Amino acid sequence: MKKSEVPQDDGFLKEEHGRELNYAVGEDGKYTTALSSGWDAKTIALNNALERIEERIADAKQRVLDNKTSPIEYFMEFCRMDVPVLSSYMGLWQWRVKRHFKPSVFRKLSEKTLKKYADVFEIDVAQLKNFDPNS
Amino acid sequence: MKIDFEHKQSAHCENGVASNLMRFNGYEVSEPMVFGIGSGLLFCYIPFIKLDSAPLITYRAMAGFIFKRFAKRVGITIKREKFKDPKKAQERLDENLKNNNPVGLQVGVYHLVYFPDEYRFHFNAHNLVVYGKDGDNYLISDPTMEKVTTLTSKELEKVRYAKGAFAPNGHMYYPIAFPEKLNLESAVKKGIKHTCREMLAPVPIVGNKGIKTVAKLIRKWPIKKGTKRANHYLGQIVRMQEEIGTGGGGFRYIYAAFLQEASELLKNDTLSALSKEMTEIGDLWRDFALEASRIYRNRSAQTDAYNKVADQLEHIGNRERDFFKKLKTAI
Repeated sequence: MKKSEVPQDDGFLKEEHGRELNYAVGEDGKYTTALSSGWDAKTIALNNALERIEERIADAKQRVLDNKTSPIEYFMEFCRMDVPVLSSYMGLWQWRVKRHFKPSVFRKLSEKTLKKYADVFEIDVAQLKNFDPNS
Repeated sequence: MKIDFEHKQSAHCENGVASNLMRFNGYEVSEPMVFGIGSGLLFCYIPFIKLDSAPLITYRAMAGFIFKRFAKRVGITIKREKFKDPKKAQERLDENLKNNNPVGLQVGVYHLVYFPDEYRFHFNAHNLVVYGKDGDNYLISDPTMEKVTTLTSKELEKVRYAKGAFAPNGHMYYPIAFPEKLNLESAVKKGIKHTCREMLAPVPIVGNKGIKTVAKLIRKWPIKKGTKRANHYLGQIVRMQEEIGTGGGGFRYIYAAFLQEASELLKNDTLSALSKEMTEIGDLWRDFALEASRIYRNRSAQTDAYNKVADQLEHIGNRERDFFKKLKTAI
């Protein structure tokens, strides 16, 4: 890549984030660095991944409303986590976290456990207990 | 308190932290040099590790390895510490800052407040330098950022104790002993040999063979996994190749820059010619990313399009095989 070809396709990086560094060949044939504000090819890839997360969140929300899963799964998706990551934050086995997805089990969870989940998701216990589909 | 530390932006966090810490200690070693000596370049397809439910494909050595190998090859000693207790971790950090010693930290990306939201994933192998403290604010030099920034002690604790795969556990590191003179020449040779060995490894998931394996898989994905997952997998490959930290072309340009610097250091013209060739290979990777992004932008289900990117990848695999065979004999 020549220095003049370093893409400036304004992706996600805003003013306060600065730009990212690319390596490119200068006019004299020597390697140098150049800042890039983004490249469409990778913005599209990232957008795709983000869309996929949005779909998963919407899907989890619907299943909470249908009483097929607990709000824990919804907030897990919302925080871009998966079961291994969430169980690691909770210090629980994965099967226990998965069990907490069951609405019947979720309703019987202790205040202490709920508080811990809420802290991990950075929300109030009330938000976890009274699921608001518009949140 | 503020340590007189020069922040220099780099493409990748680990090389950048290493290069910046070396400069602080009076040794000017560029980012490509750290990357090349630490044998950072790689291609590896790891089907049994899933990242965002797609098989992991990496263009570089595992986090932590680059600085470790670099240190060993040039003869510096790094002190590494992990802490069970976050309080202890902060105390040790403060102690180091008081002694005018900037330190490298391994952190999780998800809770890094200064990152754009879109980049915040549960990825725990990011690196930054702390070079001072102002009240409750730690002064942060994150080498992937254009400018320095700050984090409150609470924010810093959160990223140091991120959970999940590769959890940092407060991991802190800094060089403590240096040789009289860095032995760069032999270190460069060792680094190159190691990279050649890995890229030419007779294993179907590593190096040039790994690239060709992935090319074969791409042909099958739309039929076996459906277009949606095939596109997701392709997107993940492009992200690993181009998102923050690779310097473009899946680290191939950084490596070309390293070979150029190495050719001057070792007075070896062949390396300079090979640097040009590596740049061409980097351009091929960029073309591949561009073509792949067209597939999932149009959401086109034509197997033709998948075959086309697979052809490109296969070509890259062959080019890299020939390249590393030549590089092996050049030093």
